[in-house]
Amino acid sequence: MDTTVVNTGTEGKTWGGGNKPLKASYGKMMMWFFILSDALTFSGFLASYGFSRFKFSEIWPIADDVFTHVPFIHGDYPMIFVAFMTFILIMSSVTMVLAVDAGHKMDKSKTTIYMFLTIIGGLIFLSSQAYEWTTFIKGEYGAVETHGGNIIHFVDTDGNRVALKDFAIAQPTDRAQHERKNGIWYSDEKKLTSFTFNEVLAGFKANDDILVKTTYTDNATGHKTVLSRAESLTELETKGKNVVEGANLVHNEYGPPLFANYFFFITGFHGFHVSIGVLLNIIIFFNVILGTYEKRNSYEMVEKVGLYWHFVDLVWVFVFTFFYLV
Amino acid sequence: MSTHADTHAHEDDHGHHHKETFVTKYIFSQDHKMISKQYLITGTIMGVIGVLMSIMFRMQIAWPEEPNILFEALLGKWAPGGVMDADIYLALVTIHGTIMVFFVLTAGLSGTFSNLLIPLQIGARDMASGFLNMISYWLFFLSSVIMIISLFVEAGPAAAGWTIYPPLSALPMAQGGSGMGMTLWLVSMAIFIASSLLGSLNYIVTVINLRTKGMSMTRLPLTVWAFFVTAIIGVVSFPVLLSAALLLIMDRSFGTSFFLSDIFIQGEVLHYQGGSPVLFEHLFWFLGHPEVYIVILPAMGMVSEIMASNSRKPIFGYRAMIASILAIAFLSTIVWGHHMFISGMNPFLGSVFTFTTLLIAIPSAVKAFNWITTIWKGNLQMNTAMLFSIGFVSTFITGGLTGIILGDSALDINVHDTYFVIAHFHLVMGISALYGMFAGVYHWYPRMFGRMMNKNLGYIHFWVTAICAYGVFFPMHFIGMAGLPRRYYTNSAFPLFDDLANVNVVITVFAIIGGAFQLVFLYNFFVSIFFGKKAPQNPWRSTTLEWTAPVKHIHGNWPGEIPHVYRWAYDYSKPGHDVDFVPQNIPLKEGEEELQH
Repeated sequence: MDTTVVNTGTEGKTWGGGNKPLKASYGKMMMWFFILSDALTFSGFLASYGFSRFKFSEIWPIADDVFTHVPFIHGDYPMIFVAFMTFILIMSSVTMVLAVDAGHKMDKSKTTIYMFLTIIGGLIFLSSQAYEWTTFIKGEYGAVETHGGNIIHFVDTDGNRVALKDFAIAQPTDRAQHERKNGIWYSDEKKLTSFTFNEVLAGFKANDDILVKTTYTDNATGHKTVLSRAESLTELETKGKNVVEGANLVHNEYGPPLFANYFFFITGFHGFHVSIGVLLNIIIFFNVILGTYEKRNSYEMVEKVGLYWHFVDLVWVFVFTFFYLV
Repeated sequence: MSTHADTHAHEDDHGHHHKETFVTKYIFSQDHKMISKQYLITGTIMGVIGVLMSIMFRMQIAWPEEPNILFEALLGKWAPGGVMDADIYLALVTIHGTIMVFFVLTAGLSGTFSNLLIPLQIGARDMASGFLNMISYWLFFLSSVIMIISLFVEAGPAAAGWTIYPPLSALPMAQGGSGMGMTLWLVSMAIFIASSLLGSLNYIVTVINLRTKGMSMTRLPLTVWAFFVTAIIGVVSFPVLLSAALLLIMDRSFGTSFFLSDIFIQGEVLHYQGGSPVLFEHLFWFLGHPEVYIVILPAMGMVSEIMASNSRKPIFGYRAMIASILAIAFLSTIVWGHHMFISGMNPFLGSVFTFTTLLIAIPSAVKAFNWITTIWKGNLQMNTAMLFSIGFVSTFITGGLTGIILGDSALDINVHDTYFVIAHFHLVMGISALYGMFAGVYHWYPRMFGRMMNKNLGYIHFWVTAICAYGVFFPMHFIGMAGLPRRYYTNSAFPLFDDLANVNVVITVFAIIGGAFQLVFLYNFFVSIFFGKKAPQNPWRSTTLEWTAPVKHIHGNWPGEIPHVYRWAYDYSKPGHDVDFVPQNIPLKEGEEELQH
C-alpha cells in the first residue's frame, strides 16, 4: 500500500464515505428503520380500520356511548378513563426523555430513577388496558341482535340506557347451560345469555316507557336514532333475533362485529408492543443498575429503547384518535 | 498485498480474528461472504423445486388427463394412476409462484448479491451487524423448510394462488389446501418477512455508515445503489403484507370478519359479517407490486455493472440511472391498484392507477436506453455474464411493452386473468430477474469461489435458455388474447379452446427442454467449485473494489488497510491511461481530472 497521503476528493463532504453521514451508530439507525417498518404495519391496520368504518359509518357505534367506565365509580363518564391512560403513557415518554438525557450526562442514579418511572408508567397503562378490555368484554346494558345483524339498544323516555336485567321478565325454562358437570356433551356450547330473546320481548311489552334505540346514526343530532313506542314494538317483534351481552370476536352489544374485531386487534397489537417495550425497559433498567453502560462509557442502549418507547406512544396517539375521538 | 502467513496478524490488529470452527465458518457463519453462498445455495435448491413444479403443471396443460409416469412417481396419491388431480394442480401453481417470487428471486437473488457485494464494493470489513445477518439467513432457511413441509400435508399444500385471496385462504374448510397447508404457508411467510426485514436493515445501514473513505454516494457502483433502494422498498412494503397476514390469521383461527362477509357453505350461513375481500387485495398488492421491483432492481443493478465492464465503456447516464432507480422505487408504491381493475374498484380510481402505472414506463425506458447506449460501439466481451445481461434487456423490453397494455384499465379488463398476464410478468420480472441472477453468478463466481465456470457450458446454457424462454412465453401472448384463462387445470371442457391445444403442447415442450438444460448450469456451478480453472485476481478487468480483495476466505475482506476510493466505478477506457480500466482505489494521476459524471 502506498503510504503517502493522497486526497480522495471527497474530504469534508458529509456523504463522502469513511464517516457516519447521519451521525448515528448502526444500531440506532437500524432502530429508526425498524420503526419505519413497524409504522407501516400499523398503517396497514389503521387503513383497514378506516376502510371498514367508512363502509359502515351509519351504524358504527359512537365512542362516547361505549367507553364510559371509570374504575370504582358508577355512572357514565365518557372518555375520562382513556384520557387518563393516554396521559400516563405520554408522561412515561417524558420520563424516558429524562432518562436518555441523564444517560447522556453519564448520571447513573438519575437514569435508574427515570427508567424505573417509565416502567411504572408502562405497567399502569397495561393494567388500564386490561381494565378497559374487561369492561368492554363484559358489557353493561346488553342488547338485541336483529336478523340483519344489527344491534338494538333500549332507552327510557329520557334517553338513558336501560339494562336488559332491569326489565326482562324471567320465564321458567328447563334449558340449562351444557357443562361437563351436568352430563356428557360432545361439543362445547357457547355461554348462554342471562335472558332469552322472548324474555326481553315480554319485558319490553310490559314496560310502556322503554323505547328502542337503533344502531343508525341520526345525521342531524349526531346521536343514534330513538324510535317511538309503536315503531319500537314493531322493530323488536319483526327483526329481533337473539340477545347479546358484552363483546367477543363474533358478536358485540355495541354495534357491527367489525367494531369489536378492530378494537380487540389493534389495541391488542398495540398493547403487545407496549408489553415488549416494558420488557426491554426492564432489561435495560437492570443493565443500568449493574453498571453495564457505565463500563461501556455510553448509555446509547437507553436511547435506543427510548426511540422504541416514543414510537409506541406515538402509535397510541393515532389509535386513541381513531378509536376514541373521531 | 500480503501473503497468507501474515493475514492472521492483520486480523488481530483489527479485532476481527475469531478461531473459526467448522460450525462457525460454514453453518452459523457471521461472515457476509459465507452467508451469501448460503443464500445462493438455498435459493438454488428452492429454484429447482419451483421449476420442477412448473414443468409438472405444464405437462398437465399440454396433455390433460393423460397418465404420466412423472406424476405417479412424484405426486403419489395426488395422481391416481398417473392422472393429475385438479386440487394438486392448483397447489402446484400456488407453491410455484410463492417459491419463485419470494424464495428464489427475493431471498435467493437479493440475499446472495446484496450480502456478497455491498461490503466488498463499498470497502467494508463486513455487514454492520454480522449477527443479525446470520439470524436473517437462518430465518430464511427456517421459512424455506416450513414451506417445503407444507407440501407433505395430508389435505394438500396451500392452493389459493400465490396471492392467497380470501375466502379461499380465510376459510379452513374452503378447499383441501385451505387448512393446515395455508396455515403453514402463512407461518412460513411471516418468518420470511422477519428475515427480509433483518436483511434489509443491515443492507441500508451498511451502505449509509460503512462506505470507505472516498466512496461518496455518487461513486457507488450501480449494484450497490440498486441493493440499497431495494432494501428500502422491502422495509416499507413487506410490513403491510404482515398486516394482511395477521388479519387473515385472525379470520382463520379466531372468528373475526375482517375479510369475510355473508358466506354460505352447504346451505349453512356462517357468522362472518361485514368484512371485505377487496380490502385484502389492497393490502396484498401494496406489498405485491413493490415486490416485483424488489425482484427486478437488484438484477438491473448487476446488469448495469456487467454491461459497463464487458463493453469496456463507462455506464451511460450514471446519474440518470440512479434517478430512475429512485423514481421506480417511489412509483412502485402508488400503482398497486392496476392488479385490481376487475375487482369492482371505482373506474375513476382505475384511471388514476392507470396514470401512475404508465408513468413507470418513463424511468424504465431511461434504463433500457442507457443500457443500449452503454454497449453502443463498445469493445464487447461476449462472455456468459454479458450474454445473460443482454438477454435481460431483451426480455425486459419485451415484457415491458405488454405492461403498457396491462397497465391501462380499458385494455387490461379484456385480458385480465388470461395467459397474456402470465406472459407479461414472467418475461418482465421472472425471466429477466433470473437472467440477472445467472449473469451475476457467472460474473461474480470467481469472486465467490476463486475459480472460473466453464465458458462453453455457459454458452450452451444461455442459448438454450434464451430460445426456450421465448418459446414458452411468446406464444402465451396469443393464447391469452384468444381468451385462455390462467389457473385452469384443463381446458378440454371448452371446445372454444380446442384450437389452442397444439400451442400448449409447443409451450410445454419448450418448458421441458429449458428446464432440463438448467442441469447444465447446476453441473457447471457445482463441478467448478472444485475443478474449475483457477481464477486470476481480476478476471473481467473490472474497476470495482471487490476485485482488489483476496479470494481466500478471511474475516474482514482485506488484509491490512481498507482501500480508499479516488474515482467513480466506471473509469473504463479512460483517455490517458495505458489500460482500459482504472480501479477505484487508484489515485488520480498528476493533472488528471475526475470524470464529470
